Amino acid sequence: MRISTSTIRLVIPAASLALLLAAVFYMQPRAMSYTGLNLLFNLAVPIALATVAQMLIMAVNDLDLSMGAFVSFCACVTATFLQASPAIGVLIFLGAIAAYAVIGIVIHVRELPSIVVTLGMSFVWGGLAVLMLPSPGGEAPGWARWLMTSRPPFVPMAIVASIVIALVTHFAIMRSSAGVLIRGVGGNVRSVERAGWSVIRIRAGTYALAGFFAVLSGIALVGLTTSADANIALRYTLLSIAGVILGGGEFVGGKVSPIGAVIGALTLTLAGSFLSFLRISPDWQIGAQGAILIVVLGLRLLLNRLEKREKSR
Amino acid sequence: MNEVTTRPEVVAARGIKVTFGAVKALDGADLVIHAGECVGLVGHNGAGKSTIVNAINGGLTPHAGEISYGGIRAQHGISTARANGVRCVFQELSLCPNLTVNENARIMHAELAGWNWRSRAGALVELQLQEIFPNHGIDCDSTIDDLSIAERQMVEIAVSFAGLNQKPKLVILDEPTSSLDAGLAAQLMAYIRRFVGEGGSVLLISHILGEILSTSDRIVVMKDGRVVADRSASEFSKRSLVEAMGNVAREKEWQRAGDKRNGAPVLAMPARRGQGLAFEAHRGEMIGLAGLGGHGQTETLLDLYLSRNSNWWPARRKEIAFVAGDRSLNGIFPLWSILKNLSIASLGDFSARTIVDRDREGALGNGWKKRIEIRTPDMENRILSLSGGNQQKVLFARALATSARIVLMDDPMRGVDVGTKQEVYDILRLEAAGGRTFIWYSTEMDEIRLCDRVYVFREGAIVAELAGDEITEKNVLEASFSGGEAA
Repeated sequence: MRISTSTIRLVIPAASLALLLAAVFYMQPRAMSYTGLNLLFNLAVPIALATVAQMLIMAVNDLDLSMGAFVSFCACVTATFLQASPAIGVLIFLGAIAAYAVIGIVIHVRELPSIVVTLGMSFVWGGLAVLMLPSPGGEAPGWARWLMTSRPPFVPMAIVASIVIALVTHFAIMRSSAGVLIRGVGGNVRSVERAGWSVIRIRAGTYALAGFFAVLSGIALVGLTTSADANIALRYTLLSIAGVILGGGEFVGGKVSPIGAVIGALTLTLAGSFLSFLRISPDWQIGAQGAILIVVLGLRLLLNRLEKREKSR
Repeated sequence: MNEVTTRPEVVAARGIKVTFGAVKALDGADLVIHAGECVGLVGHNGAGKSTIVNAINGGLTPHAGEISYGGIRAQHGISTARANGVRCVFQELSLCPNLTVNENARIMHAELAGWNWRSRAGALVELQLQEIFPNHGIDCDSTIDDLSIAERQMVEIAVSFAGLNQKPKLVILDEPTSSLDAGLAAQLMAYIRRFVGEGGSVLLISHILGEILSTSDRIVVMKDGRVVADRSASEFSKRSLVEAMGNVAREKEWQRAGDKRNGAPVLAMPARRGQGLAFEAHRGEMIGLAGLGGHGQTETLLDLYLSRNSNWWPARRKEIAFVAGDRSLNGIFPLWSILKNLSIASLGDFSARTIVDRDREGALGNGWKKRIEIRTPDMENRILSLSGGNQQKVLFARALATSARIVLMDDPMRGVDVGTKQEVYDILRLEAAGGRTFIWYSTEMDEIRLCDRVYVFREGAIVAELAGDEITEKNVLEASFSGGEAA
């Protein structure tokens, strides 16, 4: 039986997650429990959602450098407006999603580099977040708190949520007919245009969908932390990009994998805990995280080469 | 031909004018296509073939003239054209390489949506592939990236001919056989006749005149943005077609010089993977790599190149130059000027202390512009302002301007018009006489016949070596096909 390219793409991230998990269990056998797993992966849920959002943007050959600032903004809205007066909170979120669609349209129509536009937008989102919450505070809405801390039987919430996110986005991006159009724009814009589709609409829709997942990420984050801060999720920008790449996605060409992206987010979260267990000082942790990334990406390169050699044989 | 003209019009373009800056791409061209006919469209590169196709399929709005579909003048645009059953297979492959065959069908056919679209798309493509190319062996769940270039072209053709609710009325094929071997091309031509017989129309653009003559009902010849001839195919012969295009058919007047194999070879390679014959090239030789497309010729060229150049660290003195076949993928720098594209390979020769000497660069550009007649008012223009054939000339000049004594060519004449080809052949002969060695992979028999010696490839190995007068179409075909059944 021939293994498809997309399956091979998933093998490396899944194997690295399993390896990392085994190492963590070896060092800390107590982590091998309901509570332990929940603690390990708790923070992975908002990262996974942000990674999926970033993956959508990357599927149309763009990059969103405002992801962290936007998730922080959403977290601040969740901790203030959504908690105090839900109607206004929802309206703000709808406005933010619409703003994402407009960003997509502007990038497409003016042929601007997405990096520049989203970098500029990151200051806008950051500023809005500071205006709302000049100092850390706010309060999580009760339902968000309940959702994120609920304890389903047998499998901890963090795992259930990750699986649900992976399956829903896999269906939406990889299986649905609309998802094909999104990836098609990443693969060959002209071909999609020539087939009579409106690429503006596809891009706007993709950006809006990404905005929606980023909003969910902000809500999930506040559900875990109970309060928000204007800088709460700044590192999500790079984490989400790393997660997509780690999960088998690529910067250009519409090659993305939602399941891989969620696994990538889990791996990145776990890498942090793993390094803490190793008692590596926090000063070195970022470097060590980078080293893990390089190793995984090196493995992927090797696998790609093997595959190519196999094909030419 | 009266019988054809009484049939209803599918598409009519009348008096179309299109200008790109100062260049008149179309200067009042007329093209009418009726139901149930196959129209051949021929002309030089830059004659306006692609432009008129883009006007018909809605991708380009003409500056003057009118386009009507089914006799009705409608709003112009891609969706209007598609709604009127116009489909187009473009010269450069236009599938999404990251998607599977099914998913590409979904992009081309908006009706494929809702539950179960995937299996419906699969069935649609499979059926159409089977109809055009029996025993194709393409898996519809595989990603386009994993397919060979010929398979991609087959998929694109099949997807365009397929119709879910309604069959297409007009299919425009722009160089559809450029990557197909002779057998597949024949299957496609047979299908076109069947499709036309059932009342569909086809607009066929090809530089292989035999194909045009045997398949079309009517042939339209374009030159300088205008239609210069529009007659039934039976009134044309290869010779009269070439004359109508404005190329004086040149007889092969040169004689092969004697055997140039003396002394040590400048380049040699043992048999690939231990099979077939070894390869060697001598000074001043023109060596052809023949055989069906995709049987290891390109890989051999790459191996030859890497045998003299490290994969990691570029060599200081470049002994080998490479002319790429896929212009847009690994040939041109699309954002650069013509001059920069030309001089990139030889910058080291005219820079002093890493600073480029602009005057010498300009002189080099002007010299080559005259020598190979690059048709542009100014070498500082963007490379994309040139037609495909002229871009390819720039790539040749890039390789020839270096001091490299060996030039590898990866089927560089794909889709280049006859006139340009002749000009390039002349330059190649001159350079070979000057002691340069050319190693030339070509899918066209005319080019293979120009070579001093030919290696024929089959299944990744060299299976035959032909020299001098042995190089005939019959011998090459025999070597490329024989033993195929045994494998």
